[in-house]
Parts: sequence; structure tokens; C-alpha cells
Amino acid sequence: MSVVLSAQGLRKSYGALTVTDNLSLDLHQDELLAVIGPNGAGKTTLINQLSGQLRPDAGRVVLAGRDISDQSMAQRVHLGMARTFQITSILPGFSVLENVALAVQARSGSSFRFFRAAAGQRRLNDAAMAHLAEVDLDADAQRRAADLSHGKQRQLELAIALATDPHILLLDEPLAGTGGAEAARLVALMQRLKARHSILLIEHDMRAVFALANRIAVMVYGQIIATGTPDEIRANPRVRAAYLGQESV
Amino acid sequence: MRLMGRDLVALLLFAGFAAVPLLANLLQDPFLLVIATRMLAFAIAAMGLDLVLGYGALVSFGHAAYLGIGAYAVTILMRLGVYDIGLHLLAGIAAAVVFAVGTGAVSLRTRGVYFIMITLAFSQMAYFFFVSFSALGGDDGASLPQRSTLFGHDLLENDLWLFWLALGLLIGLFLVCRAIVGSRFGRVLCGARENPQRMQAIGFVPFGYQLTAYVISGAITSIAGVLLANQAEFVSPALMNWHRSGELIVMVVLGGIGTLSGAIAGAVLALLLEETLAGFTQYWKLWFGLFLVGIVLFAPGGVQGLVARIKLQIGSRR
Repeated sequence: MSVVLSAQGLRKSYGALTVTDNLSLDLHQDELLAVIGPNGAGKTTLINQLSGQLRPDAGRVVLAGRDISDQSMAQRVHLGMARTFQITSILPGFSVLENVALAVQARSGSSFRFFRAAAGQRRLNDAAMAHLAEVDLDADAQRRAADLSHGKQRQLELAIALATDPHILLLDEPLAGTGGAEAARLVALMQRLKARHSILLIEHDMRAVFALANRIAVMVYGQIIATGTPDEIRANPRVRAAYLGQESV
Repeated sequence: MRLMGRDLVALLLFAGFAAVPLLANLLQDPFLLVIATRMLAFAIAAMGLDLVLGYGALVSFGHAAYLGIGAYAVTILMRLGVYDIGLHLLAGIAAAVVFAVGTGAVSLRTRGVYFIMITLAFSQMAYFFFVSFSALGGDDGASLPQRSTLFGHDLLENDLWLFWLALGLLIGLFLVCRAIVGSRFGRVLCGARENPQRMQAIGFVPFGYQLTAYVISGAITSIAGVLLANQAEFVSPALMNWHRSGELIVMVVLGGIGTLSGAIAGAVLALLLEETLAGFTQYWKLWFGLFLVGIVLFAPGGVQGLVARIKLQIGSRR
């Protein structure tokens, strides 16, 4: 399988604290790679470096064979990379539809247009509605994003990410703070998405991880200590000692 | 064009303004026209400021500089023998654009309190530049030899014509601003106000959009400066003092941040309060301050917020 995104020897420290320690990791075409690890292992810092929000101290980020280490987060979006955040990041004062339409707008034509009303542009709205339907949120299109339940806001953030037309999705704990039915809906959604996207998923919900992932990478203290299929990870003694502990999975 | 509740407030305000000449005639009080013209000019300035303050969440504490730039464009061109108001407006806008591009590009590298302070610093630099420009009257300012001409006619010497010109400009600029905030550009600007991180994560770099908005905002405010110079037939650095910048912010807050018609209402209300309170006591600023505290505490959202709440009340009673 071809590698679409790879981290090569990434390093990031804050003072004496090394958060990413010579980390290398490959994301393959159309796979869902889950990165798991205890709190503070440096998972979000990894996503931040992959997405361009943070610059690594050393190492490279390579997208489809091209070094993108110097590209900003906004530039990487235009190369087909989208992300969600651990803490929901949407435009709270905008309607659900506007949230997604603005993401569509980012990929379609110039935004230095000053006079025609954006609200009436069918090209933006139709594409946005299609993405909302994809995440089962089309019925809420006209509601204010801030008024949605937490689970629905998570769905909205996914729709926003999808609207930028990415082939790589970096998802930072999409299930965080969601309950039973909401979480099940999101898991089903990711199950559908992984057919057409290469996904790097950070998640603490082990049931979801083992149900969704093609491969799992285990991260401890800024390093990947093991990578493998869910079965291999489950059987790996180092992983059990470091992370899974006595918990049965 | 879709009409909204906010447009209704603007329409009412415009209609109210249009009735002023009649009222001035009826009451035999030409001073009404003078006040109304000043209100119109400040309404334009407040609306310009609201574009960055309300829609961009960029609190500029230096917008008085643009009032001054517009006003001094009139003074300087008249000294050079150019009297046409069209050219005065063009020169004012051009100078405002240059000043806004330069200062905005630097200011927008900061956020929050630092943005407030740096815009204040730039406007004070402009202020002291004109204070020490003795050829233009320095600290004392200077009277204009006459008002600007319109297509070679001295029509604007008549307060009534100046008033209509100001009203025409306000309505025109309102329509322009209204289009801008609803456009693709406006959405990006508002998005950057809501959540800059999310904007970058969908591929927008807010800086260029914010700078453009800042430049448009400065240009609009300079138009108000051209009008104020003509209204008073006098231009001094006091127009660009930091107190003025604060007053512009107060107007926007009074009317309701992030609503164009609110900015207009705020300018009207602020000048109305100033005129009436100053008639009662020389300590009118004290009462004005208390009123402002009251608005912020009990009616956040200003005039526009109050209107929305009243509408909600009426709606729920039905």
C-alpha cells in the first residue's frame, strides 16, 4: 500500500520536556490508523505538527512524497489535508449551514468578492447541504451552531472538515465527551469515511479504536513503541505493560 | 434583496433624517440642520469603525486618525487651489488607504489589548504630526476659506445641501457595507472573528481579509472627515485626538456592536445625549458615562439589541 503521509524523525520539546521524540510514522492510502497512548504521550502535539499548527524542532512531514514541513496549516488544507480538534472548533455564531458553506468557499473560487450575497450562492449551499447529509445533520442546517448538542457539534466539525475536500483526515478524539447513541453515530460515520479517506485517528475509546482501525500505533512519552494490526497490538506484551494494563480489550 | 429587521431600523433612521429639514423649517431652528449633519458624518464614521470592530472583532482605538485625514485632505487641497468635493473625497480616501495599509499591516500582527494600544499609538502619531504642522495652523487648527464646491457650484455653502449630501453618502455607504458584510469576503471576516483557528484549519489566512477590512473601514471613516471639515469650515488636530477614537467606539457600543444600523443609531443617540445633557449641566459627561454604564449592564447589544428584544416580546405575546 502506498504511503500518503509520513512523519520522519519528528522532534518537539518544550524546554526540558520532549513531547515528540524522534518519531516516524506512515499513514497508508485508505487506511484508518489509530494512534493510542496514555494522556500526555504527545498525541495531539503529533497531529498539530502533521497539520501545520506547530513546527517541529527537527524532522520532516512528507505528503505523497513531497516535503511539506514549511507549509502553513492553511496551505496544507489546500493540499488535501483536513483536521478536527480535541476541543470542538466550529464557528459558534454561524448557522450550521454557514459553517460548512464557508469551508466549501475556501476551496471554490476567490473570497475577495465584496458584493454578491454569499447566503444566496447555490454552489456553496448545495455542496454544504450534501456534506451535512453525509454526517446526518441536514435537518439542523438552519440552527445556530452554538445551540447544537455536543455530539452534533462533533458531527458538524467533521462535516466542515469534509467540505474542504480532503483525502487525508486527522481526527483528534472525535468521540471525546459524547455519550452512547452519539458515539455510536460517530463511529458509524467514521466507518463510512474510511472507505474513501486516509484517516489518522486519535481516540481513547478502545472499543471504537479496535472496531475501526486497520492499524494501531501505540505512543508513549513521545515515541511510537509498537505498530500493528489490532490483533498484533492486543497481543503485544510491551503494549499491555505500558498502556493497556490489566484492562481487557 | 432580502429585507431584515435591522434594515427596518435603518429605514426608520433614514426617514427620520429626511424629516429634519422640514422640522428645522417648522421650528425656525437652523441649528437642527447643523446637528443633523454632524450626526450623519459621525454615523458614517461609526459604521466604518463597526466594520472592523463589530464584524472583525478588531478593536481599533485609532479611528479618529481617519477623521483627521479626511478633514486635512480638504484643508490641504484648498491651499493648493482645489475646491471640488469629489477630489477632496478621493484624496481623503487615498490618504486613508495608504495610512491604513501601513499601520494595519503592523497592527494586525498583534491581538487583543496590543491591537488596541498600537492603533492608538499610530493615531496619536498622526495627531502630533498635525499638531506640529504649523503651516496648517498647528495645534489651533485653521478655518477653511469656504466649503467644498460641487461640480464648480458653491451649493454646499447652503447647510441644507450639505445635509442632503451627507444623507446621500450615508445611505450609499450603508448599502455598500451591507453588501460587504453579506458577501463571501464578509463571511470570511466574520469567521475569523468567531474562530481564527478554525478558519486556518479550513484553509483561510485571516490576515489579508482583516487588513482589507481595516483599509475599507479607514477609507469610509475618512469620508466622514471630509464632511465634518465642511460642516464646521474649520479643521484642527482635535478631530483626531484619542478622545474622538473613544467616542467612535462608544457610538458603536451604544447602537449595538456588529450591526450597521446600530452604528448609525449609536451616533445619533450619542450626539443627541451630548446636546441635551450639555444643555442641563456642564458636567454632562458624568451623566453620559452613567448612561453608558447602564447600557452595557442592562442592555448589552445597545439600541439594536433592545429592538430585537422588544420584537421578541411582541412575538411571544401573540
